[in-house]
Amino acid sequence: MKEFDDVVIDIKKLSFSRGDRLIYDEVDIKVPRGKITAIMGPSGTGKTTLLRLIGGQLKPDSGSILVDDDNIPELGRSDLFNVRERMGMLFQSGALFTDISVFENVAFPIRVHTDLSEDMIRDVVFMKLQAVGLRGAHDLMPSELSGGMARRVALARAISLDPDIVMYDEPFTGQDPIAMGVLVNLIRELNASLEHTSIIVSHDIQETLGIADYIYIIADSKVIASGTPEELSKVESEQVKQFMHGLPDGPVPFHFPADDIVSDLMGGQQ
Amino acid sequence: MINQLARLGHKGLSKLAAFGRAGMILFQSLVAAPQPLIMFPLLVKQIYFVGVLSLIIIVVSGLFIGMVLGLQGYTILVDYGSEQAVGQMVALSLVRELAPVVTALLFAGRAGSALTAEIGLMKATEQLSSLEMIGVDPLRRIIAPRFWAGFICLPILAAIFALVGIYGGALVSIDWLGIYEGSFWANMQNSVDFYDDVVNGLIKAVAFGFVVTWIAVFQGYDCIPTSEGISQATTKTVVYSSLAVLGLDFILTAVMFGEL
Repeated sequence: MKEFDDVVIDIKKLSFSRGDRLIYDEVDIKVPRGKITAIMGPSGTGKTTLLRLIGGQLKPDSGSILVDDDNIPELGRSDLFNVRERMGMLFQSGALFTDISVFENVAFPIRVHTDLSEDMIRDVVFMKLQAVGLRGAHDLMPSELSGGMARRVALARAISLDPDIVMYDEPFTGQDPIAMGVLVNLIRELNASLEHTSIIVSHDIQETLGIADYIYIIADSKVIASGTPEELSKVESEQVKQFMHGLPDGPVPFHFPADDIVSDLMGGQQ
Repeated sequence: MINQLARLGHKGLSKLAAFGRAGMILFQSLVAAPQPLIMFPLLVKQIYFVGVLSLIIIVVSGLFIGMVLGLQGYTILVDYGSEQAVGQMVALSLVRELAPVVTALLFAGRAGSALTAEIGLMKATEQLSSLEMIGVDPLRRIIAPRFWAGFICLPILAAIFALVGIYGGALVSIDWLGIYEGSFWANMQNSVDFYDDVVNGLIKAVAFGFVVTWIAVFQGYDCIPTSEGISQATTKTVVYSSLAVLGLDFILTAVMFGEL
């Protein structure tokens, strides 16, 4: 693994299991500050789980997750909430609060964490909504938004407190090509202009390769490859190749493990 | 055999763990560091949803149950020539039993299931997670006001139920069946004791409010965040809280009136 000059999240020997299933087995991941880091891998490998571990919503079985100098799994409740103020997270479903308007959704974190006057909150919210191009939609309710718009509003909410770290959970999934392009540009531009660190969890290869500075590929509870997009395209491993090129069969089999088809078709009789 | 034992033990353990989680939720949302200033507007909103919107079903059911009680009481009592006592019967059965119990059952169906579904859907759409990531404790922000609202509303609803029920009984007995109005009310006044009957009835309602709302918010918060999981949780809320109310009612009745 490459050594970075300035690491904002340092995950060491992280193990996590859910029930009997081992999701992470002593994984090491470093996230460089101010860059866009992508965590990629097939569905069901626990990429979203990783974001929840970083956010402290789940506790690992062992290992440490250092965000600057705070070890997330060891923080108490109130310290954890303080660290989370420095993080913004864009959930897969957007997770807008459905009972309040777009404006109030974006204003929500500001109201919770600051004592700004109503005028200033209004200015900040309009600036954030302007950044995602939805200032005109400020008085709509979340149910009136399209999927792509909802995700942009959620993005505005995630950056409303100017966090140091923004985590994107599958930002491109289920978006039409235009909305996808808009989101890709937004993530890149916001990262450059607000100078925060972005972590993208995704399995959309082309979009992610286009904007990520550094990529980790996760499969089988481990990091199977990491590097810049150029480096990864040269990796010879079959597993990485299958994922990067979207081949249907390979180390990750097309068939779910099953008995011999002949015996199944014969009703179990030979 | 051993497998079945193991399965039984496993089931028992998971039920116990659920009890533990329910206790934790209760403690963390109610006892740990209340924030009255933030809570108050949220509480008012929830009292509206949980209490005010349940008024119609409570008033209508109370009216009909009171009317049925008056009618049934009359047909039985008239054989003994003591139909004047129908006021007493209606009032006592409502205040002691029917108002708290039926209100709690209706409340579980109307408000409890809604609470479970709402919280469960918030969980499924990651709204609870996103609150956590914003740095707001969903237990305090979402669970606590809903819990208090149910706790406050149920006794009030039960009192309204009893009141409307008594008027329903009076309507049938006095205006329809022609019992003398004076003896209807006088019998009632003589026999209903404020502490023994009214206060005990309200204590029951408070206990039911606590249990029903606790079950409802816990089932919502603890549900499996899929459409199937939410439907299961909603069903569980209604089933568990109905059973809990009826069981608890027996215990409370035994304690309150058992030494007669």
